[in-house]
Amino acid sequence: MKLFIKYDINKACKKLLEEQLDKMELNYAILGFGEVEIKDNLSAERLKVINNDLGDYGIEILETQKNILVQKIKDAIIEMIFMEDSLPSSKISFYLSEKLGYSYGYISNLFSEYTYTSIENFIILQKIERAKQLITTNELTFTEIAWKLNYSSVAHFSTQFKNATGLTPSAFQRIINKRRTATIEE
Amino acid sequence: MQSEQIYVLLADDDVDDRLFFKEAFEEIKIKTNVQIVKDGVELMDYLKKPGIKLPHILFLDLNMPRKSGMECLKEIKEIDQFKDIAIVIYSTSASEQDIEQTFVKGANVYIKKPNDFATLKKILTEVITINWQYHTSGLDRSTFLLSL
Repeated sequence: MKLFIKYDINKACKKLLEEQLDKMELNYAILGFGEVEIKDNLSAERLKVINNDLGDYGIEILETQKNILVQKIKDAIIEMIFMEDSLPSSKISFYLSEKLGYSYGYISNLFSEYTYTSIENFIILQKIERAKQLITTNELTFTEIAWKLNYSSVAHFSTQFKNATGLTPSAFQRIINKRRTATIEE
Repeated sequence: MQSEQIYVLLADDDVDDRLFFKEAFEEIKIKTNVQIVKDGVELMDYLKKPGIKLPHILFLDLNMPRKSGMECLKEIKEIDQFKDIAIVIYSTSASEQDIEQTFVKGANVYIKKPNDFATLKKILTEVITINWQYHTSGLDRSTFLLSL
């Protein structure tokens, strides 16, 4: 017996994609044809695995290689600032280029192209994020935080913090503490 | 390039300001989808409409008729569903006390309204870019404070 089948290719692909993404337990939304929003933050490694798995069905994440590298750059910067006890003493450009195996020029251009910001600004942003974390735990003094994050002085740290957030570290600390008290009182 | 859009919601009762903002957003490199409401009551109705796409970022004028920006901020912060919306307050006031008060109440960004278009555009670009970093790099929103 021969059957003639008509199928809606868009619908089929969408369904298949949904099944696969569900299986991977991702929090996602299919935005339109060929566009998926993943709501989790994926590491470069995870993205690579997903791309491989989808590859079996002829589905490929576009621009993956570059995206993965951008993600790797971010991961390396975050690791450098958050995980390690003190920042590397060598120049950050050297550190990144060594770690990722590409020239700093290439890394830096790629990063700007994909993230609307420069590596330098991203590093500052992350350092300030780390500083915020340290400030909110109320355990270290500003001088100790400045030291930990490789600032030459507490004044330099305060200036960069103010430039990045518009607030001084002490104003920031005051606001967060007040917010906490307000939540407790409610 | 990134294809994702940033959803922006603007609440302002002033016609000129709204036009100003809209134009500024059109010139920003990051793709934005801008929706506009005209006062606080309209804003809360909009946010509570079933099935709407919640904004990533909300620009809130402090001085609005019917319901002020401060009242809206308080209401929004009480609703769990809205916790991921970055809230940008803008006002003509630049008193340290006002600024600190809005932050304590849960605002993420405070903008002192500039008088010229070029500065506004620069400020909005900065806000959108930083918010983009928060959005794409999973930064901690609970400590996202920016005063411009």
